[in-house]
Amino acid sequence: MNVWKYGDNINTDMLFPGKYTYTCSTAEEIKPHLLEDLDPTFAKKVQPGDIILAGKNFGCGSSREQPVVGLKAVGIVAVLAESFARIFYRSAINQGLLLIECPQAVRAYTDEDSITLDIERGTITVGDKSFTFPKLPPEILAIRDAGGLLPYTRAKLKKKT
Amino acid sequence: MAMTFAEKVLAKYAKKQTVVPGQIVTVHPDRLLTHDNTAAIIQKIQPELENYGVYDPTLSIIVLDHVIPAASEKTATNHRLIREFVKKYNIKHFFDVGYGVCHQLVVEKGLALPGALLLGSDSHTCSYGAIGAFSSGIDRTEAASLMLTGETWLKVPQTIKMMLQGTLRPGVMAKDVILHIIGDLSASGANYCSVEFHGDVGQLSVDDRFTITNMGVEMGAKNAVFFVDDVTRRYLSSIGIPEKAYDPMYPDEGASYANELEYDLSTVVPVVACPHTVDNVKPVTELAGLAINQCLIGTCTNGRVSDFQVAADILKGKRIHPDIRLLILPASKSILEESLRKGIVETLINAGGILLPPGCGPCLGAHQGVLAPGERCLSTANRNFKGRMGCKDAEIYLASPATVAASALHGKLTDPRKELYV
Repeated sequence: MNVWKYGDNINTDMLFPGKYTYTCSTAEEIKPHLLEDLDPTFAKKVQPGDIILAGKNFGCGSSREQPVVGLKAVGIVAVLAESFARIFYRSAINQGLLLIECPQAVRAYTDEDSITLDIERGTITVGDKSFTFPKLPPEILAIRDAGGLLPYTRAKLKKKT
Repeated sequence: MAMTFAEKVLAKYAKKQTVVPGQIVTVHPDRLLTHDNTAAIIQKIQPELENYGVYDPTLSIIVLDHVIPAASEKTATNHRLIREFVKKYNIKHFFDVGYGVCHQLVVEKGLALPGALLLGSDSHTCSYGAIGAFSSGIDRTEAASLMLTGETWLKVPQTIKMMLQGTLRPGVMAKDVILHIIGDLSASGANYCSVEFHGDVGQLSVDDRFTITNMGVEMGAKNAVFFVDDVTRRYLSSIGIPEKAYDPMYPDEGASYANELEYDLSTVVPVVACPHTVDNVKPVTELAGLAINQCLIGTCTNGRVSDFQVAADILKGKRIHPDIRLLILPASKSILEESLRKGIVETLINAGGILLPPGCGPCLGAHQGVLAPGERCLSTANRNFKGRMGCKDAEIYLASPATVAASALHGKLTDPRKELYV
């Protein structure tokens, strides 16, 4: 597992340049351009199981969902940040990408540390230090457990008919 | 229990007496905005659309504005798919290429009303607080779900109360006010929060308020709002909406705020947001003389008649500096028409401006005015992120239309107050 570490205010243009927004929509189209203007090595080297660690306001800017779709598709297990922008946060719920808002864990991390997650318990271990993060409310867990917002909506529509 | 604006609107739409920050509610918004991204949205839900149709053909507002006229076969095909969808499902509020930027159209076509709840798959959906609506951005997947079901969840936000006191000085515009606030609060300073503007706001036109609420998301806000007053009522009346057509919503006396802030407008000066974050704000005087290659006046942030009027006042009878490309981007067709009637467009073109079709144009870097490596753009848009205008090795500075016009004239960053007093 690799940890990709970035700073504050990583916006959606850095995660996926705006110039591709209306020509790339599928995971396969998105993947080669992920983090293109932030870290050109990311798309080439990212592995399933990797984690992104960042500072404040991760995902700020445009409402484009390609960053979330792309990060999920390449197998990022979680983005751990001091804070997230709200549209990005909702988008991650909709796609089933795990976001963990835990500033203490971000600040505790050094390059030698390994990170382990226990999602059910809501704990994150950085090196030898453990931190807890709040569980999502039941309304949101229902979306996650359905596999994302569209599967959740499909099930709801089926029930109604 | 006394409630803030956001709490009152969300309680109403959740059909509850009261709500509290942090509570999750299910709501049916009045309107759902999507634009060129409608193509990707409907492709996600083809089988469901075939089986169930859209929830309500009057819910959606669809505007083709982001890459117009189409820049490639792919974007042209997106537009075609959207037109076919609109016809097939009888979507009522559709604006094809050339009408303007979605956010301007939602307001000027009277599709956002005071006290209404609107969601849109664009981050600048927060603009409609300019006329007292609650509006907020969502992603494409959520827009797809809303098209099918008409409902979604929202978390009741905490609210920040911003008291604007004092009178703006000549040469200082609403853009300077919001950049000043974001510079003070930071790009995440209002994250997840509703922002209410109170105080001496009678001096701010609906155009000014639009510039400010449009940039609410640049400090992380969920929504940003000015409350209905005579300025709002006059504006709404001018677009054919009588008072009886809407039900304004105001915060209760004694509502509980997460934070209360005061800004003295009389001390605000012309500012620029420097690369590559909107909160990197400095007075123009500090950077005066900085060389520029391209200037952009327009977009949903500053592309209204009053913005072009200010630029025309500065550029009338003059020529911009020969090293500058000055792009003029009206936020809508009706703004373009009025600017033509008033001779503003002629003034700007005679001064050396290049007129772009009403739409998003160069703001998002897909076409029309992409920058070269090493170039610098001074723009009235809302974002200066790295790569935003199509090139990661270019720089974008954000400023008011007055600052951009004065700078275009001299080929370098210029304090507009100098031009207005000569």
